[in-house]
Parts: sequence; structure tokens; C-alpha cells
Amino acid sequence: MGEITIHHYLYLSAILFFIGVYGVLFRRNLIVMFMSIELMLNAVNLSFITFARYSSTMDGHVIAFFVMALAAAEAGVGLAILVMVFRNRTTVQADDLTLMRD
Amino acid sequence: MAVAFYILAFLSVLGGVLMVTRRNPLSGAFALVLSLVSLAGLFAGLAAEFVFILQVLVYAGAIMVLIIFTIMLLNLSRNEMYEAPVGRFHAAALVVLCAVGLAAFIHVFSQLPSAVTAIGPEFGSIEGVGELMLTKYLYPFELVSVLLLVAIVGVVLLAKKVI
Repeated sequence: MGEITIHHYLYLSAILFFIGVYGVLFRRNLIVMFMSIELMLNAVNLSFITFARYSSTMDGHVIAFFVMALAAAEAGVGLAILVMVFRNRTTVQADDLTLMRD
Repeated sequence: MAVAFYILAFLSVLGGVLMVTRRNPLSGAFALVLSLVSLAGLFAGLAAEFVFILQVLVYAGAIMVLIIFTIMLLNLSRNEMYEAPVGRFHAAALVVLCAVGLAAFIHVFSQLPSAVTAIGPEFGSIEGVGELMLTKYLYPFELVSVLLLVAIVGVVLLAKKVI
């Protein structure tokens, strides 16, 4: 275990991001897909904070704050849509929602 | 410091993997909380005090409570949680390819600073980030508040029983 460099943080960020991508592509449950997007946003936040630390500027912290505000807005609207979909169609599986495809 | 990084990195990846593999969304939500709290620890290790506080308060607190609340509100039965197995090998290959490509990009990117430089006590503090937010990033900050207002109105409209 040597010194922790910027590469360690960036690799971790990439791993977390692709776990999120995997969740969106391979899970059909809308709630899990939604949580995967949250994980991807957090992986990007980690990159911002890492670059902020290694360049000794605080701009990345402000961007991370904006990403969090965006995620909060997205969570509110997304979950409201989810509740509406479940109320009208009684399903949360993306494969069952084919109204626009058929 | 290195040990703390490896423990937190392992916990965040473990939480993420559990989140995408559990069939029950509630188990997945708790795994995601583990991942988010570990990430908060990493933010603290990167001297981002303000973002660390926000991560615990907003993400692991408010947003996750909202998600868990929705999962419990929907009250899915075992049948409704069942997912047909998907065999998308092309998509899997694409994900792996992108991951390897990104890793290679990080690896060969030679412009990255290799060592941390000294920082003052102001760095990442609530005072420091707050001042930057209300001077250099004043207009984006105002736009974000408008966005949140629009989101509130949208949620109220969406969640109303009769439209």
C-alpha cells in the first residue's frame, strides 16, 4: 500500500460509474435503475472533489454542490413519476411499459 | 491514510455491487446508503468539509429517505419484484469496453498532477466554498434555486390525484 495518488481516486470513480451504468442497462426495475443513476452522479462528484483537491482550487466543490441540488430535483420529480406510473399501471418493470412502442 | 482509502473504496464498491444485484429494491437502497456514506468519508479525506456535510445531510439523509419512503409506499409484492432475466451480451461487451477505455484514458493521461499541494484551513470549509458560491458562481447558484422551485411545482402537479 503505497501513496494514494489521483489515479486511485479516478479509478474508483470510474468503477462506481460503470456499476451504475450496469444497473441502468441490466436491471428492469425502475427503482433500481433510478438508484443506479444516483450512484453515477456520486461517482462524478468524486471526480470533481478529487480534481479540486489536486489542483488546490475550490471550484470543484461548488460544482459538486450543484450536482447535488440537481440530484435532489431529479429525485423528487423521478419518484413522483414512479408513483404515478405505479398508480396507473401497477408495475415498476421497465419491460411492461411499452405504451409508446406498441 | 492509505488504509482508510482502501477500506472506504472497498465499502463504496461493495455497496454499489450489492445495490445492482439485490432483487429487493429495499435491500438495494440500504446498500446504496453504505456506498454514499463511504463516499462521504472519501470526500472528508480530500479536505472537502462542506461537500462531506452535504453528502451526509442531502444524499445519505434526504434523498435516500425519499427513495426508501417511495419503495415502502409502493409496497411491492414478490411477483411485482420479479424481473425477466436479460441477456444482452452486446450491451455487456459495450460496458466492459467503455470501462477499459476509460481506465486506459486515465492511465495514459500524463497531465494529471501527481502530488497534493499544500492548502490553507480555508480550503473546502463552509466559509470558503460559500464565498466562492456567492461571488464567482452567483448566477448558476440562482439558476439552481429556480430549478429547485420548478421541481417542487412539478412534483406537486405530478403527484396530485386528479390532473
